[in-house]
This record gives sequence, C-alpha cells and structure tokens, in this order.
Amino acid sequence: MNIEDLHQIARIEKSKQEGFQHQIHVCVAAGCLSCGSGQLKEALEKEIARRGLDTWCRVKGVGCLGLCTAGPLLSLETAGIFYQGVKVSDVSDILEALGGAPVERLICPVNSAFFRRQVRIVLENCGRIDPERIEEYMAESGYGGLALAVSQMSPTEVIEEVSRSGLRGRGGAGFPTGLKWTSVAKASGLTKFVICNADEGDPGAFMDRSVLESDPHRVIEGMAIAGYATGASQGYIYVRAEYPLAVKRVRLALFQAERMGVLGNNIFNTSFSFNIKVRLGAGAFVCGEETALIASIEGRMGRPRPRPPFPAEFGLWEHPTLINNVETFANVPPLIRKGGRWFAGLGTEKSKGTKVFALAGKIMNTGLIEVPMGTSLRDIVFDIGGGIPRGKEFKAVQTGGPSGGCIPGQFLDMPVDYDSLAKVGSIMGSGGMIVMDESSCMVDVARFFMEFCMSESCGKCAPCRVGTRQIYDILCRITGNLSGPDDLAMLEDLCDLMKSTSLCGLGQSAPNPVLTTLRYFRDDYLSHIHDKRCLAGACKAAREVA
Amino acid sequence: MKIHPRKNVRSDLNPSRLLTFRIDERVVSAHEDESILSVARQNGISIPTLCHLDGLSERGACRLCIVEVKGVARLLPSCVTFPRQDMEIITASERVVSYRKKILELLFTERNHVCAVCVSNGHCELQNLAVELGISHVRYPYLYPRLAVDASHSRFSVDHNRCVLCLRCVRVCDEIEGAHTWDIMGRGITSRVITDLNQPWGSSETCTGCGKCVQVCPTGALSEKGKSVAEMIKRRQFLPYLQMMRGRQDESWPK
Amino acid sequence: MAKITLATIWLDSCSGCHMSFLDIDEFLIDLAGQVEILFSPLVDTKSFPDHVDVSLVEGAVGSESDREKVLTIRDRSGILVSFGDCAVTANVPGMRNRYPVADVLARAYAENACPAAAISRDTLFFQEVPALCPQARPVHEFVPVDIFLTGCPPPPEAILYLFSELLAGRRPNMNGRTRFGA
Ligand SMILES: Cc1cc2nc3c(=O)[nH]c(=O)nc-3n(C[C@H](O)[C@H](O)[C@H](O)COP(=O)(O)O)c2cc1C
Ligand code: SF4
Ligand code: SF4
Ligand code: SF4
Ligand code: FES
Repeated sequence: MNIEDLHQIARIEKSKQEGFQHQIHVCVAAGCLSCGSGQLKEALEKEIARRGLDTWCRVKGVGCLGLCTAGPLLSLETAGIFYQGVKVSDVSDILEALGGAPVERLICPVNSAFFRRQVRIVLENCGRIDPERIEEYMAESGYGGLALAVSQMSPTEVIEEVSRSGLRGRGGAGFPTGLKWTSVAKASGLTKFVICNADEGDPGAFMDRSVLESDPHRVIEGMAIAGYATGASQGYIYVRAEYPLAVKRVRLALFQAERMGVLGNNIFNTSFSFNIKVRLGAGAFVCGEETALIASIEGRMGRPRPRPPFPAEFGLWEHPTLINNVETFANVPPLIRKGGRWFAGLGTEKSKGTKVFALAGKIMNTGLIEVPMGTSLRDIVFDIGGGIPRGKEFKAVQTGGPSGGCIPGQFLDMPVDYDSLAKVGSIMGSGGMIVMDESSCMVDVARFFMEFCMSESCGKCAPCRVGTRQIYDILCRITGNLSGPDDLAMLEDLCDLMKSTSLCGLGQSAPNPVLTTLRYFRDDYLSHIHDKRCLAGACKAAREVA
Repeated sequence: MKIHPRKNVRSDLNPSRLLTFRIDERVVSAHEDESILSVARQNGISIPTLCHLDGLSERGACRLCIVEVKGVARLLPSCVTFPRQDMEIITASERVVSYRKKILELLFTERNHVCAVCVSNGHCELQNLAVELGISHVRYPYLYPRLAVDASHSRFSVDHNRCVLCLRCVRVCDEIEGAHTWDIMGRGITSRVITDLNQPWGSSETCTGCGKCVQVCPTGALSEKGKSVAEMIKRRQFLPYLQMMRGRQDESWPK
Repeated sequence: MAKITLATIWLDSCSGCHMSFLDIDEFLIDLAGQVEILFSPLVDTKSFPDHVDVSLVEGAVGSESDREKVLTIRDRSGILVSFGDCAVTANVPGMRNRYPVADVLARAYAENACPAAAISRDTLFFQEVPALCPQARPVHEFVPVDIFLTGCPPPPEAILYLFSELLAGRRPNMNGRTRFGA
C-alpha cells in the first residue's frame, strides 16, 4: 500500500456512500446492543430488501452515538435526524417517512445542548462510520496521519508535533505525552514496545470501550504513529476480557489493517514496520496500573512494582516501553494530520484539546460526551447532561472513579481541567463522572468506593492491603451508626498513611473519595456519628434507628 | 534479569560511579548501584525492614524502610531507591517514624499474632520491630480473621495466622532453591501464600524439603515440627553464600 | 509520704499476670509500705472503691460484665494500666474471636467435657454466668488507657519498674522493658 492507494480507497468508498440517498445509522455499540439494536438493524435490513429500497437506502451499524440512556439510537445521516428508543415495530414507520416528514414520536432533539455543546475529536467518527470496515475509516482521512508521519516527517518531528500540541495522558495522571514519547525515543535499546492501556477498570467509565467499539482503527493508527516516533516495532493492546465486543472489533480491525498493509512490514513503502497484538486482561482494576499491566502481559501476576525505573526506561521484558491510554492514542492521528498548533488551540492554558466523559448517576442524559477542556462542571451537568431528574437538588459530582473525589456545588463553575480538579482534591482520572443528588449520603458514597478499592487492592504493600480494609470497616461503622468517638480521627489518620506510604497509585489515591467527602460534606459524617442519623436518609441502618 | 537498570551495572568496562551524599547529616560515599538501605547499614545507621532480606531479590512492599529525601515530596522505600550525588536523606524524621509505627500496627491487626503461644516467641522479627519502634499497643481494631494451619508436611508447618505476606518464602524457594513451591493466591486483604497450586504442603511434588523457606520466614508462620513455644530459632547463615553460588544475580521478578 | 492507692482486677484472663506481680518477691514487702491495695482478687473487698490512684486491669473484655467493670474502673481510677497481653491485645482469650460464641461454648462445655459434666447445647445460654460478647477485645477499645504493660505475663522486673516510677511520681516509659509475648 502506498499513499496513492490510500486516497484511492477513500475516494471509492466516498462515492459508494454518495450513491445512497439515505443512510440509516444504527448504533451497535454495547449500550444500544443491550437494548436490542441488533434485532432492529436486522429488521431494517429485511424490510428494506422486502420493499426493494436497497439501491438507494442503506443500513449501517455504527459506533456509539453518545446518548446511551435513549437507546436504541438511530440516525438518518443525510437528513440529520436522530431517532431514540426505536423498536422493531417502528421500522415500517421509519421507512415510510424517509424523504418526507420524520416520525415525530421518535425524534430525539439533535439541537439540544447534549449534541450542540460537544466538540468531537476522539469521537469524531463514533456513530458515523461502520467500525467493522476499514474503508470507512479511510474515507474519513483515516491512516492519513500515519502516512504523513512515516513518509514526510522524521520521528523527532512527530514528537515535536505531539509536544507542541500540549496533549496530556488521558489515562489519569495527565502526564505530558510529548515528554513521555521523548524519553522512550531517547532510551537506549534496539527493541522497544508500545502498549495501549485499554484496561478501563473504574466503575462507571466506558469511554475507552466506546472508542474501541466505535472506531478501533483510530487507536491502531495512533499506536503506529507512536511506534514510528519512538522506534518501536511491536505494539500491544491490553484490553479487559469483559469487553468482548471491543475485543472482537479490535481483532477484526487489526486483521484488516494488516491485510491493507497499514500494519506489518514496510508500511507505506518505508522502512518502518509495526505489528500489534491483543492481550486480554482478566478484569483487575490494578492491572490498569502500568507496571502491573506490563507484568500481566509478561504472563505474571498483575501486581505493581516500585517505580523508578519507569517503563519508558525499563518496561515490557525489560525494554523501553511507551504506555498510553486509548484516548491518548485516539487523539494522535488528527493531531498529526492537522498539526499540534491546531490541537493546542482547543482547551485551556495547561490542558489542551478535548476530553471524553462518561456521564452517569442522577442525571437526565446518561451517556458519552466530548467537550473542550475547561468547560465548566455546570455546563456539563446542567446543560449537556440536562440536569438532575425529578426536580431533586444537585449534591456532588464524582470525577476520576475510585481514585477521584466528590466535588460539591460550590465548585460548579470551575473549569474542568487537570489542574483545577487536582486543586479541589479530585482528579481527571479516565473521565468517569457520576452525579449525585440530595438523596445520596456522602459517607455511603465514600464507603462504596472504599469497598471497591479494598477488593481491588493487589495486596502487595501493607498500607493499602490492610489500610483499605480498616478504612472500609470504619465507614461501615459510621453508616451503620455504630461509630465510636475516635473513628473520625482514625479515619483521617489512615487516609494520610495510605496516601503517603502506599506503593502504587491505587493505594495512594484510594483515600481521595473519603478525604473529599470529609472536606466538603463533613455534616453527613457528623450527623451519623453524633445524632445517629443519615442526613440524606439514604443509609438503611440509620433510618431504622431514627 | 534486573530489577533496576542501575543495579549490577558494574563490570571492568563499565565501572560504577562513586557518589557522595548525606544520610542523616552524615556525609557518606557509595557506588551508584547500592541501595540507600545498604549504604545506611554499612554506615551503622539502622533502618527497619521486613520484606527485605540480604540474599533475596527486593520487593519494596512492606514500606517500613521508607525514608525522606530533601526536595522530594514522596517518601521513598530505601531498599529499592538508589542514591544520587548530593542527595540528602533523612532516615528517622518524626513523620517517617510515625508512619512506620502505623504500618507495623496494621500488620499486627491483619492476622492473629498471639505471641504468647507462638513457636517463634522471642525470636520473631515482627516482635523485635515492635520493640525497636516503641509500639506498646495497637491503635487500630484487630481483624481476627479465620485462618488455617497446614501441618501436612512431614517436617514443617505453615500457620497463616502469623504470616505477614513478606513473600520471603516465595522468593527463597524460587530464586535459591529453584523449586518455586510457594506462591501467593488471592488479592488484597484475602491474599494468602500457597504451596503448589493451593495443595497441602505435604502433598507438594515440587518441595524438596530443604527448609529454606522456614529459615527465612520472619515470624512463626513457617516452623519446624516438634518445636514448642519460643523454641523456633531461625538460621540464615546459608543465604548470602547460596545466593552467590546459585541465586539469580540480577533478579527482576519483583513478587 | 502518703501511700498510693491501688486496685487490681482480672477480666477475661488466666490470672497469670497477677502471679507475675507476686513474683516480685521480697519487693512486695517494700511495696506494701508505700501502696495500699483497696481492691483486688487477692484481698477481700467486694465492691470497687470510689477512687483509686492506680488500677491494674488484667485480661481482655470478653463479657458484658467485663465491659461494665472496665467502665466503672476507668471512672474511678487516676491511672489505668492495661496489665498484660490479654488486656493489651486480647491475646489468648481473643483466639475464640474467629468463631461464633455458641460454637465456642458448645465445644467447651458439651463436646469436650466428660459425659457426666457435659451440658446440653440448648441450656448453654441459660446458665447463671454473664453473657459472652461476640468477641473478646482489648481494654483500650472501650476506655482510654494510660499505661500499657505488655507481656504474657509481663516480667516481674517490668512490674517493679512500673511501681518504682509511679511512686517517684513519674509516668513510666515501658519501652524496651517488655514486649508482646514477653
Ligand atoms: C490503580 C490504577 C489503575 C489504572 N487504570 C488505568 C486504566 O484503566 N486505563 C488507563 O489508561 N490508565 C490507567 N492507569 C494509569 C496508568 O498507570 C498509566 O499512567 C496510563 O496508562 C498512562 O497513559 P497516559 O499517559 O496516556 O495517561 C491506572 C493507574 C492506577 C494507579
Ligand atoms: S497500593 Fe495497593 S494496589 Fe498498589 S501495590 Fe500496594 S497493595 Fe497493591
Ligand atoms: S522446603 Fe525448600 S523446596 Fe520446600 S517449599 Fe520450602 S524452600 Fe521450597
Ligand atoms: S510464610 Fe513467612 S516468609 Fe512466607 S510470606 Fe508469610 S511471613 Fe513471609
Ligand atoms: S524493606 Fe523496603 S519495602 Fe520492605
């Protein structure tokens, strides 16, 4: 394959698509599949064939359209219409309405803030292309970034472009991606590896899964560019086995990419060669931690080891290894195509580009969104997210999963970026956002996350192994109104211990939900402790006592 | 295999550099591939450790050996941290000492360390650490888990009530004896050391009966049969020699 | 010099710590001149005095009655000493904590007793003895403790040191003089 071939494929694909007057996109990502979009797609295809419409109307399975609450979702690409909650019985109505007035009862307001306020880079193809056909990705300039990089840029120039963009890792800590690539490129050694971290273990997060299910080639292209820039020729995608659909689509995408020659030897007729293998994780949260993930790929138990040395210097099978998150890689192809300066034009001073968030909890529009860095929490929750259902009061939003914190209403106008979140004691994390209303007891929320960390702690280091259990016990005592006078002090003491002495990020950040709720919702704790009463009326034991 | 690229880099072609730095206000000099712990001990400065044992690979897991380094916000485990030129290390600041105490107290709460009826009473590293750190009582609630004793081996027994999960047994059996009978099962607070694939020790087909694991175990978790309370004294003199003769010199299998 | 008043008590324990106290031998005589024992299993008094300077509490808190006692003692004592490993860590009495109380009682009084003395499982809970708590736990989990004297039993030298310091009006530092299981 050379660059001309790539353009050729894109042209053919485009004209083929233009041949259809109507394209019906049915979301076949995990969310909509689970409420029957598979059958819906089949029924549409059958009905179209029966009516003989198949020359001018086509049904296409696409990735996530975003508004997962309203599934199964369906979009009429040419008309720009979204249908929500579509059932098989709606099929004939939909087909009849093609070209005419849309089916009123199914219409999903595309003009709503949910769609209007988003800026899509990572998700630009999600819901628009068929993730199971590489040609469609190519028609959207796919693999153009890789072609550009390997044929017209030196590895150093690629890294400079990434550095210029200001892209920071989307896996949690927000480490500058350009810097990481530089250190891998500089590390001595002939063999290097690129790993894509698709472990995504936080409860409530499904960004990476959606990207892999909806647009797997984007991640593959990003990894190949990274391989070129750092001097690696082998990549691994570490994805949890609980994501069977993502695994299937990634495998298919790899197969197609190899067949087309955008992976393999002498990519685009250059000396650059790159291959990717898939490795399945058994679903341990700690295996998302980079050193544990590497151990797991090597076939050992997924337990972190002390850093330094960092993987960039000493990684997979002791070779320099670049490890980035799915979303980080997904940002790379457009960044190379359009330039780092373009990317740096989005977002805030220190956090560039966009971020994908998974909105969940007590919010109208549950689903996946992508917004520029620096969008305020208020805009995300009330505008894009549609606010709190059933007229309840907003209480907190939890970001960053079990490693993050609970942010109270007073910070709603804060811009969402790495540094502002850190300032209030939370983290960006991978992008989970759980909204809580007045009926949530924050002690109970902290207890939930600590239970998660307790059962996901690998058990290697003493502070985390025993500390999570002790903290969990205290939180159970408090929510059960059985706490003693010293429990609050002991809670703070243990949180401080774990933060300062745990070996890996899991233990170091596990206290965050407790610490932030203690800071912002202390009354919830005090009421349980002194009045034996749950302020939010959420904890069962508390109600029984009252 | 190497745990750290800076470990074992010495060779005629690549001699390691000598560094000067400070430990507790004292100026010391050492090779760049010596851990802070080892340099401190060579200079008569004691740092408490539990998972570390001379002769075995490092694990960096018990976190008792943490030290403060000026200008670094994080506390660093001295057994796996290497010095840099002009580093200023503080081994026993108030903060570090109080954390060490708390970690040790947590370890006491984790299992059922009933010293009074233990074969290792009086010869136990956990007890000694408690004395060294001045622990008079444990402030956190004891967890009192329900754990088993496996006495199926003809000469040894394992009492999980007294295990601190240092994994010295796993390492010595793998790295020195080459049998890899021990490993660890489960995770978090439910972790437990196992023989073979969680078979009774007595039925293990890999165990050679060498007893090394028993000798390196810091507590009464592993003991020789026939020993009564306070009679189990461990002998470890063999370790440095055997490590030199048959250990994997540069072990990178942090367990 | 006014004598200091002393109370000693054993809760869920074997009385071994008290025996170790007696093991300070001839120093007992010296002590007798400076310490007045107001309440103890070793003397005759039946009710805990209104105030004592020092209380030695041996044993874990294993029953409801232990819990009440330890609260009273804390109320009426100047200095409360957690006396021995059972008081400090729950030690041997705590070994039952892994099992339900009913199983423990059945094991002790029904299964393992000689047939003549065995009590049927159903009547175990109707005996005229204070009910056991689900677990035996250290004293400091119930009340603030001033001095911890570890050891099973604490060595007589450590006990002697404790008293000489108290008598000199100092708060003893037991560090290095005894340990868990000593
Ligand atoms: C307990 C723990 C879990 C983690 N889980 C993930 C994860 O699921 N996905 C991920 O990309 N990074 C995860 N990370 C962060 C990774 O260690 C690593 O920093 C990240 O993959 C680097 O990629 P980035 O630079 O693109 O952010 C986790 C870290 C910790 C400590
Ligand atoms: S902090 Fe927790 S997860 Fe991380 S190494 Fe320690 S025990 Fe394992
Ligand atoms: S006795 Fe030797 S071979 Fe057997 S488990 Fe212990 S160290 Fe391994
Ligand atoms: S059995 Fe002994 S050596 Fe093995 S992990 Fe437990 S305490 Fe350590
Ligand atoms: S001795 Fe260093 S962490 Fe255990």
